[in-house]
Amino acid sequence: MKALIKNVDIKELLESLGALFIAAIIAIPILTIFYMALSSEKNIWPHLSSTVLPGYIITTLIVLFGVGLITLVIGIGLAWIVTVYNFPFRRILEWLCLIPLAMPTYIIAYTYGEIFDYPGFLQSSLRFIFGWQSYKDYWFPDIYSNGGVIFVMSFVLYPYVYLTSRAAFLRQSISLIEVSSTLGYSLTSSFFRIALPMARPAIIIGLILVMMESMNEFAAFEYYGVNTLSVGVYVTWLEKNNLSGAAQIAIFMLIFVFLLMIIERKLRNKRSFVQKNNNTLAINRVQLVGLRAYIISMICFLPILIGFIFPSIVLLDFIIQRYYEIDIIKYLQLVLNSIYLSSFAAFLTLVISIYLINVSISSNNFIIKLSIGVSRLGYALPGVVLALGIIIPVITVDNFLKGLIGDVFGISMGLIISGTAIGVLYAYIVRFLTIAYGTIESGFSALNPDLGAASRVLGRSRIQTLLGIQLPIIKPALIAAVLLVFVDSMKELPATLLLRPFNFDTLATHVYTYASLSSLEDAALPAMTIVAVGIIPIIFINRVLMRSIGS
Amino acid sequence: MFRFVTGCFMVATFCALSIATVRASEVNVYSYRQPYLIEPMLEKFTDETGIKVNVLFAGKGLVDKMVQEGDSSPVDVLLTVDIGRLSDAVNQEVSQSFSSSVVNANIPSQYRDPDGHWVGLTARARVVYASIDRVAQDEITYEELAGPKWAGRLCTRSGQNAYNLALFASLIAHHGEAETIEWLKGVKANMARTPQGNDRGQVKGIFSGECDISIGNTYYMAKMRTNDKEPEQKDWAASAKIIMPNADGRGTHMNLSGAVLAKHAPNQDNGIKLIEFLTEDIAQEMYAETNHEYPLKEGVGISDMVASFGDLNADTLDLITIANNRVVASEMVDLVGYDE
Repeated sequence: MKALIKNVDIKELLESLGALFIAAIIAIPILTIFYMALSSEKNIWPHLSSTVLPGYIITTLIVLFGVGLITLVIGIGLAWIVTVYNFPFRRILEWLCLIPLAMPTYIIAYTYGEIFDYPGFLQSSLRFIFGWQSYKDYWFPDIYSNGGVIFVMSFVLYPYVYLTSRAAFLRQSISLIEVSSTLGYSLTSSFFRIALPMARPAIIIGLILVMMESMNEFAAFEYYGVNTLSVGVYVTWLEKNNLSGAAQIAIFMLIFVFLLMIIERKLRNKRSFVQKNNNTLAINRVQLVGLRAYIISMICFLPILIGFIFPSIVLLDFIIQRYYEIDIIKYLQLVLNSIYLSSFAAFLTLVISIYLINVSISSNNFIIKLSIGVSRLGYALPGVVLALGIIIPVITVDNFLKGLIGDVFGISMGLIISGTAIGVLYAYIVRFLTIAYGTIESGFSALNPDLGAASRVLGRSRIQTLLGIQLPIIKPALIAAVLLVFVDSMKELPATLLLRPFNFDTLATHVYTYASLSSLEDAALPAMTIVAVGIIPIIFINRVLMRSIGS
Repeated sequence: MFRFVTGCFMVATFCALSIATVRASEVNVYSYRQPYLIEPMLEKFTDETGIKVNVLFAGKGLVDKMVQEGDSSPVDVLLTVDIGRLSDAVNQEVSQSFSSSVVNANIPSQYRDPDGHWVGLTARARVVYASIDRVAQDEITYEELAGPKWAGRLCTRSGQNAYNLALFASLIAHHGEAETIEWLKGVKANMARTPQGNDRGQVKGIFSGECDISIGNTYYMAKMRTNDKEPEQKDWAASAKIIMPNADGRGTHMNLSGAVLAKHAPNQDNGIKLIEFLTEDIAQEMYAETNHEYPLKEGVGISDMVASFGDLNADTLDLITIANNRVVASEMVDLVGYDE
């Protein structure tokens, strides 16, 4: 008996250590940033804070505010319209509204550069029509500005707000809105008095996701000459060769994103309490007719047009114009590299997430709880900061391994991690583990806990129960997790760019390289490929959502 | 658990495969130069020697990467686009001194590091681009650009850009820090728009009428005028002319593209072979004809296009001085809020 207890303890201990190990891997880049920031050999803080830093902070705040405001208006507006009205093409528009999510922010930024630029289609046409000769003959908004970047980013990020607010409207408010309309409120006043306040936590979660994505963005800002904190980190690190200065700026970003993350967690917990009421009623939508109905259809189509169709047309046009110049071998190599990395990342995050869930079922001690909490922080790290936090530990380990292997086997090896794509993979795992874990966990928490208990009573071990019974049931969540991580890895740019080895380009880095040489046309096919692949999880997620909401 | 084990196994295979690709007869290059500009030379090198060239291209941060990789760095040769990065490599101690009779015979000594740590491969002049329609004069000085005449008419790329920093560094050498700060303030005050884009983008600004005058490297203009792939760039370039600044005075500011042999080069011999190859006639001619740069090897001529820009009177300021003034120049750029 005594031996048995001891066995159990050892098992728990091992599992705790396993979870702790994963947490440590995720925490290393964050700790490294703090270490670097504090251990600067020459103090450039006075220079930073008296010159560029305030500008970086203000610009970042302007962009966050602008993108936040526009995504709120578009996201909530669309969600409300598709929830309470019925109009032509509603069903298809309802999910098409999500499609701009497939368009990475940097790609929409590049394509709108092409559209809005002086030699671009729009201004050329205007000059032709009105007979203007030069820039000084007319006013046209400058796309390469804070406003420009806010505009393009908003039209691919609003789906986050749309998704969360639509779900909230559908789940919580409809019956209440029906009641309020029977009590004589108009739809508009129901919206402001009931629907909006009740959906507020969900909307804020969507908004926070938008802000986290905006903090993570780098290439669009660089391209538009908008000097945000992420650009500041990049410039200080790579142009001024100042690692600790870059780390000091990075800390500002970290504080901000951690704050956002805490708010999001708090709201999510609160929301799960509301969500228990799951008996969705059939919704009696207000049927719109005539011209008004078509105008509403057009309004819903507009964000899709701006956020997806226009940029895709630009890319397709480049592809068609220059199809004969496309180097198929090189293109396939890029595709393979992207698939290679993204599928590895998806697979590893899946395995790690299942392991963490397995551990947390068996014993939920303090260490495991803490480890899981820490493992989920990685998403907060903007790509540039992540790369900064990874590069030094990775090289330290590399040099250690090299020395070790050299001593033991007497052979000289290259750099095992930084000389290969493993560093990039590491970045993906740190950043996307939360996505996989969160998706799988939400699938898990929907399972009846008695199911596991029954299986255990019937003699299956915990692992048998997990692999044989629980995981097969939550297969949709597993697939969603794999898809999301796969696509996010494929779109990821800054960390890939900064950590990739020799001769190794992915679709994303190729697009970046050519766009920064002002020749997006040479990378249109890779760009379109990223967009096309990005559509897959959107279709899948929408189907799952529709089924669960039952609209 | 089974999956976990498979996972570990796959990662191990992944490592093994990746390491296996590091083979003997090859040379590893970190390049600040854009891939399409150097690929033709590198292919030629592989054709002639059978040595495979592996390239990592990045616009920024390669010296830093070498510092962190330390003695296990896989890189043999670093190719840079300006003197700043060459001297960075030396200051950060990632270069090694080497001597090659081939290089010494091909490249004049003022374009080589006295201690043998770097070799210049081509020179580029940082000139003034001016609107053909709106700028009448055909002579100019850098100093003039800060004058009130150009208020609201000037465009440049970011002040932190390496080419601009080198130009500012040369002004510090000629006029001292105080005067250069005043000059930068004047230039900043003349801006028609926030500094943005690359050198080509400035020509586009002149084409659109947004600006009348700008600063850029000679070969960008040449590349645009001969751009058959994007004919619209020919239109942009046709709207601007090149003026060689300070032609009657101290001369036009020059920068170097060059190569460094990495301190811990695992394929040292191949690295030297590559650098030697890049100084030979065949590569120098390619630099001159396809890239429109100024070749450094004597006897290799400039392209007709570059010749049409007019005679070059090069500023003979010591390149090391320029490199050393870069940090100060960079701080000044922040100080005057050049990029804001």
